[in-house]
Amino acid sequence: MKFSRLILANLFRKKLRLILTIGSFAVALFLFALLGVVNDAFTRGADVVSADRLVTINRTSIINTIPLSYRDEILRIPGVQYVTHNNWFGGVYQDPKNFFPQFVIDPDNQRQVFPELIVPDEQWNTFLKDRQGAIVGAATMKRFGWKIGDRIPITTTIYGLQGKPFEFNIDGIYQGQKREDDETQFWIRWEYFKESVPASIQGQVGWYVIRIANPDDAPRIAKAIDNAYLNSPYETRTETESAFAEGWVKQFGNIKFLIVSIGTVVFFTLLLVTGNTMAISVRERTNELGVLKAIGFSDRAVLGFILGESMVIALAGCVGLLLALGAVPALSRAMAGLLPPLFVTAKTLICGVIAALLVGFASGILPAYGAMRMRVVNALRRV
Amino acid sequence: MVHVDGNGTAGSLIQVRGLDKTYRRGNEDIDVLQGLNLDVDQGDFVAFMGPSGSGKTTLLNLLGGLDVPTRGTISVAGDEITHMSRGKLTDWRARHVGLIFQMYNLIAVLTAFQNVELPLLLTKLSKAERRKHVETALAIVGLGDRMHHYPRQLSGGQEQRVAIARAIVADPTFLLCDEPTGDLDRRSADEVMDLIRRLVKEYGKTVLMVTHDPLVAQLANTILHLDKGVLVEAGARQNVIAGGAS
Repeated sequence: MKFSRLILANLFRKKLRLILTIGSFAVALFLFALLGVVNDAFTRGADVVSADRLVTINRTSIINTIPLSYRDEILRIPGVQYVTHNNWFGGVYQDPKNFFPQFVIDPDNQRQVFPELIVPDEQWNTFLKDRQGAIVGAATMKRFGWKIGDRIPITTTIYGLQGKPFEFNIDGIYQGQKREDDETQFWIRWEYFKESVPASIQGQVGWYVIRIANPDDAPRIAKAIDNAYLNSPYETRTETESAFAEGWVKQFGNIKFLIVSIGTVVFFTLLLVTGNTMAISVRERTNELGVLKAIGFSDRAVLGFILGESMVIALAGCVGLLLALGAVPALSRAMAGLLPPLFVTAKTLICGVIAALLVGFASGILPAYGAMRMRVVNALRRV
Repeated sequence: MVHVDGNGTAGSLIQVRGLDKTYRRGNEDIDVLQGLNLDVDQGDFVAFMGPSGSGKTTLLNLLGGLDVPTRGTISVAGDEITHMSRGKLTDWRARHVGLIFQMYNLIAVLTAFQNVELPLLLTKLSKAERRKHVETALAIVGLGDRMHHYPRQLSGGQEQRVAIARAIVADPTFLLCDEPTGDLDRRSADEVMDLIRRLVKEYGKTVLMVTHDPLVAQLANTILHLDKGVLVEAGARQNVIAGGAS
């Protein structure tokens, strides 16, 4: 600790340079946090999935439907506990920019398959009795200022129902148990949907979500389902919910690769900028470093001083992460509906601090090593 | 007593034997010091004079453990420093050597107090003890009222006095002064030299000083002349046993 004053005094030697260098770190870490937030938003599905759930879709693609009759057949496969089915409703509320996902659900099994999404029993019972009922995620309720009992008009753009207005009564609100749980969905009843769509679609569902007793049985059950419908008009593809979520994200392109690439370029540039700054800083005070060595400071101490300075700069740059903490909620509000709720996770913050320290170390180590190796007499000759 | 003939007593504080220093510049070997002997007793005040390139600063650097000789040995208070590792030599410098430079070489971003405190950071002294030592050192050099000033807020003479305080604060075995008045006007130079003489007389410090200035050199107890790396003459005001290079 007694050397900290020396490190701080040297840091403040050139205040403008210090501010600019810390600013570089802060901007890079701010960007890092935003990239982390976006990456998290895209991959959260894969992170919050349950290990005991499978998803079955049409082998051709998820926009192709599969028969409702598969449900009971799937239920008979040993190890399967519950099966629910969903359809994408594709509706618009007032304006296309008011996007939120609407799913047609199977009220009999939805809660058993998704136990982490909690709906109070009283509200759920109301929903079961209301053909036009809807259960809405807490985030969407908050976004539009809805309350239970409100009647919500939604127009779907698919199933040949363009222009046909649907109205739904909000009977309940579901809430996730974790911050990562998606609370933006709008659930409507299968019966109401089935009555409204053309006859050719009435017996067709978008996908099945299957809850199994033992996650270890997932490969066997998935294979059993897909084999059962091999060579049928509606072949299936069954995979774990995790694999399904990852595949869904991949439709948008390799988001992770893109983000990692941008992040790498940002930090590499930061490394060059900071490394150059540290090198200049050391070169400017070669003589002083020589004096320190002359009066008895060891080579390691000098190495420590320089590295200490670069690490302090890196840590100070973590203010960029704090700025991100402040900015992300506003970004989340601006992106509501387009992306799930955005927030900076502890993992992103920790990774940001670690990345900053690594860059701080890497940018300081070469100048520090040079200072450590410098011979006293050579250093003292430098003015 | 100062000897340059290699016949000093075993009790000499500093004992130099057959000291060579050769630098290599391109393909050429440059012999800066050649077979130099020197014995300096505790409390001596020695001035090294000589033209530029004669090896004065090189000798000072070798005596201070800042550089290593090509051949020969240097012993200080019984410690043979020429074969010490770099790390041990650093520790030894911290305990035994006080350095005073021509350009003061204070750390610009530290106050006078903090500059003087630097050598004490390497000791196990408490903060309060360090403060006491620093205040004493600054009082000795007459800058007790300037301890919180930065070097840029001090005159050249004051800066050099801070540097002297830094050199003596850890109570080193001897002081090495490289042109301590070389960057000062006459009045400031006189003040600095008065201070150095006081350190010798009142505090019994051993001082080895390089200077170009004959007036400054006259203040030392012993004047030694170096020319082309050879101790060719020992001019003395007192206590000098003359000898040539061995």
